[in-house]
Amino acid sequence: MIDKEEIEDLTQAHEEDFILNVGPQHPSTHGVLRLKIKLQGETVTHIEPHLGYIHRSIEKMCEASSYRNFIYLTSRMDYLSAHMNNQACAMVVEKGLQLEIPKRAKVIRILMSELTRLASHQLWWACTGLDLGATTPFFVGFRDREVILDIFDETCGSRLTMDYNVPGGIMFDIHPNFQKNVHAFLKGFKKNLPEYHQLLTGNVIFQNRTKGVGYLSPEDTISFGCSGPTARGSGVSCDIRKWQPYDGYEDVQFNEVLETAGDCYARYLVRMREMEESVKIIEQLIDNIPEGDFQAKTKAVLKLPKGEFYSRVETARGELGVYLVSDGTSKPYRMKFRSPNFSNLSALREIAVGGKIGDLVANMAMLDLVIPDIDR
Amino acid sequence: MKYIYDFSFLTSKIHNWFLAHCSSGWTILWEMVIVGLCAITLFVVLGLIFVYMERKVAAFMQFRLGPNRVGPKGTLQAVADTVKLLMKEGFTPQAADMFLFNLAPFIVLSVSMLALAPLPFAKGLQIYDINIGVFYISAVSSISVIGILIAGWASNNKYSLLGAMRSGAQIVSYELSAGLSVIAIVAFAGSMSLSDIVESQRTGWWIFKGHIPAVIAFVIFIIAGTAELNRAPFDMAEAESELTGGFHTEYTGMRFAMFFLAEYVNMFVVCAIGATLFLGGWMPLHFGNLSGFNHIMDYVPPFVWFFGKTFFLVWVIMWFRWTFPRLRIDQLLTLEWKYLMPISLVNMIIVAFVVIMKWHF
Repeated sequence: MIDKEEIEDLTQAHEEDFILNVGPQHPSTHGVLRLKIKLQGETVTHIEPHLGYIHRSIEKMCEASSYRNFIYLTSRMDYLSAHMNNQACAMVVEKGLQLEIPKRAKVIRILMSELTRLASHQLWWACTGLDLGATTPFFVGFRDREVILDIFDETCGSRLTMDYNVPGGIMFDIHPNFQKNVHAFLKGFKKNLPEYHQLLTGNVIFQNRTKGVGYLSPEDTISFGCSGPTARGSGVSCDIRKWQPYDGYEDVQFNEVLETAGDCYARYLVRMREMEESVKIIEQLIDNIPEGDFQAKTKAVLKLPKGEFYSRVETARGELGVYLVSDGTSKPYRMKFRSPNFSNLSALREIAVGGKIGDLVANMAMLDLVIPDIDR
Repeated sequence: MKYIYDFSFLTSKIHNWFLAHCSSGWTILWEMVIVGLCAITLFVVLGLIFVYMERKVAAFMQFRLGPNRVGPKGTLQAVADTVKLLMKEGFTPQAADMFLFNLAPFIVLSVSMLALAPLPFAKGLQIYDINIGVFYISAVSSISVIGILIAGWASNNKYSLLGAMRSGAQIVSYELSAGLSVIAIVAFAGSMSLSDIVESQRTGWWIFKGHIPAVIAFVIFIIAGTAELNRAPFDMAEAESELTGGFHTEYTGMRFAMFFLAEYVNMFVVCAIGATLFLGGWMPLHFGNLSGFNHIMDYVPPFVWFFGKTFFLVWVIMWFRWTFPRLRIDQLLTLEWKYLMPISLVNMIIVAFVVIMKWHF
């Protein structure tokens, strides 16, 4: 943990301090994050993240929208796991309405979630290569991701922000080609995954850049509230899919991936192995989609009973919590999102101070930050 | 020694023609002008070829097509890029040191031009056969770091400054092992003149004749050469994901193009030296007693051999760039001072021993 005295105000910097603004426009902040860092030569001695460059007040906008509409604003938070965000919001409304959703909808939701997770991890892998100075992984990662996005496009009509969930299930049934295309994707991806390992995992330079870099202890992981692969890389078991199964995750066989080293390489391995687990989940479900309705019957205008509702899902980056206060009208009284990236970012100072500038970039790559999710 | 392709008759013919028409002073002046024009032309052509080649090699590595719109098979893409850079505004930051900011690209460019001088392209086709050619190139190529340092400092940008400092540390370190691996071949050949070194490889290239020490020297030379070029995986000075462009962050238009061009010509120079010292320069490939094969090889023009070997090495360096992640700055210096430098020192002693015992072929 960082002592209170250590957290100093960078406005009081001395003349001889070398202060560098990394961002808001910087190739490796993946968006508009601004880090004010203090340097001693190449060594980073202090980091101060500045947020708010892409704040769109999504929470407030949700409070102005109906229970059917606010779901789709959340696609724009963590746009790489847009489906999971929507799912969490749909789940909180369903909880309020005490709606039981059809089995078919549940299975399709899980399938889409896992495909989203795969696409997200592929993009992360591609950008990690780019951040560490290797250009070719970018194209390898995007090659496979493109196939998934085409599947989304066919079924949902859009590639990134699919807006597929509605309270009570999914908006429409899957495309007739869905199963065939997913099978084709799985076949291709399983063939390509060893290539990922050849290109980066086994590379000596890559291992030197990540092994032992950015150590995060399990205690700090918990106190910073980190979740997702970032926490699981430090050996903290926190997979919501295991701890509080939702939408039928209790019926599928998969392992929670844990690594204990706590460094960048461990976080990398967690994500790589999570891709294999996602493939396993999709393989179990793709041929067993139950017949039946894909949407429960709901009223035209939804009204939640008075009270507080909370739901959480495991997005590609960690735990997303949706907290909703209802006053009985057709609009939420208060919305609050507990976004995984905000908590993960708070660990950055702990893991990157004392390292070089190159380590800072590696650390940010391995935290897999999506900035719109931090600012909302 | 007689060679099928000997260009010295051509050069001496031109020299004599000038001598017959004007005084010796004017002759030298005119020859300098001609050589200068040739060098600049070569410079530009190489730049265009390498830009196109790099993009095609990258595309090949990344299962893309690469440039294929401008001209046949995209061959005019580099020309279009150059025109674009010429038309762009040459922007100078307000707080920059104007004089040094504008000077830096010219220093970097002229240094890479100077290094072309002692390269033998074929028998008798050499700008200046200086008797300390290897030493000259080592000396001249170190000057480019001054240009980069000036560029980084004069931009008045913190990223540029960091990039320039990194580049300084890197080039100064890697000069050592590059120099030591070159010395190994100087010891084998017994001469510092590049044309003599090529001549000494008439019976076989040093990488074959010099046993394992020559191979070690060659590998170290390629690594150190890549590092001196500031190319990935050693592109610490640019490091676009860390320093957003390093020392040339603030440069635009033609001044940026000069850095760009200088990088590619430096790449050519390093690979040409590697080809000359280790792979026999313009000497054709000969195998011991296969006189029929050797005779056929003699008919391939020497500059084809020279450029073939050079482009092979260029391709290897491009291959590095599109495969490896970047090293960290401390790992970069560790690699040099803890591994490459001691290895090349020991290697040099072994080479000296081999030469004294006359174990090489």
